[in-house]
Amino acid sequence: MSFLGFFTRSRSAPAARDRLKVLLAHERALGGDRNLAAVLQQEILAAIAKHMPIDPDKVVVKLDSGDLVSILEIDVEVPLVLAST
Amino acid sequence: MSKVMVVTSGKGGVGKTTTSAALGAALAQAGQSVVVVDFDVGLRNLDLVMGAERRVVFDLVNVVQGDAKLTQALIRDKRCETLWLLPASQTRDKDALTEAGVGRVIDELRARCDWVICDSPAGIEKGATLAMRFADLAVVVANPEVSSVRDADRIIGLLDAKTRAAEGEQTLEKHLLLTRYDAARAARGEMMKIDDVLEILAIPLLGVVAESPDVLTASNLGAPVTLHNPASPVARAYVEASRRLLGEDIPLTLPEPRRGLIGRLFGRRAA
Repeated sequence: MSFLGFFTRSRSAPAARDRLKVLLAHERALGGDRNLAAVLQQEILAAIAKHMPIDPDKVVVKLDSGDLVSILEIDVEVPLVLAST
Repeated sequence: MSKVMVVTSGKGGVGKTTTSAALGAALAQAGQSVVVVDFDVGLRNLDLVMGAERRVVFDLVNVVQGDAKLTQALIRDKRCETLWLLPASQTRDKDALTEAGVGRVIDELRARCDWVICDSPAGIEKGATLAMRFADLAVVVANPEVSSVRDADRIIGLLDAKTRAAEGEQTLEKHLLLTRYDAARAARGEMMKIDDVLEILAIPLLGVVAESPDVLTASNLGAPVTLHNPASPVARAYVEASRRLLGEDIPLTLPEPRRGLIGRLFGRRAA
């Protein structure tokens, strides 16, 4: 630490507090369960599979949490034959 | 009625084992019968911190698997006769514990003592979830440091979701114990203040333990810090915390900033 640095020691605690607040607001938005997207994917897949044959890779679940809103994106590709009936 | 209390943190090295030993000894000195259980299977250390490492014969895994009776595995503290230790296994892996087996041992312990203190391993794996599984209350240990506070927040989420108490729609009592706190650095803005951490984690404060060389000295000698030097600020903070656990409503003694050489010479207080 330089001689000047001794007198102008950085106050880093507020930065720590603010970074944590932002980070934890995001992490809590996931309901404390980071595997939520994976669980949803399994359950949605199971629900659809009861009614039609479906490729497991054709169900995509994404969970994005933003500052104001979180977006749950579910993308299901239905087989062509069944979709036309 | 007996209480099962988990000491947990998520992050390693924040003071779970020190806290388990210190609170266990403080409660025992208050006349309670206490068993401290080491859940860190494969990396046991509570025996060493409590100075009982040469007396371990059977361990938690032996009892869970039915290879030893509980009474064969319990080690009575030499300084404090109502304090007992149930050590972890050093050789097995964490999968040696089962939920049913741990539940049975916890029930047996509940029947024979006032306090069962479960010293959780770091992390959020099986050992940590089993340590909290049957708890009535939790002491979340955190340092005023970003990674520790983040992990504490995660653990609080798990306590609210994965414990028997939470599943039974009871609210698990949760308390924050802030350790390794340096009041002088907090005053200079170099470390988060107590209120900063409380605002973020939003659980009631059980106590604040200052950063202190006494903790290392006590563990060097194999004594809970409350027994090693009862007059030290660290020991007093733990004794206060134990009295709050027993239901006393006592004001918080805040750690004094430790004064440096210049401060002592000129009687200057840190800002």
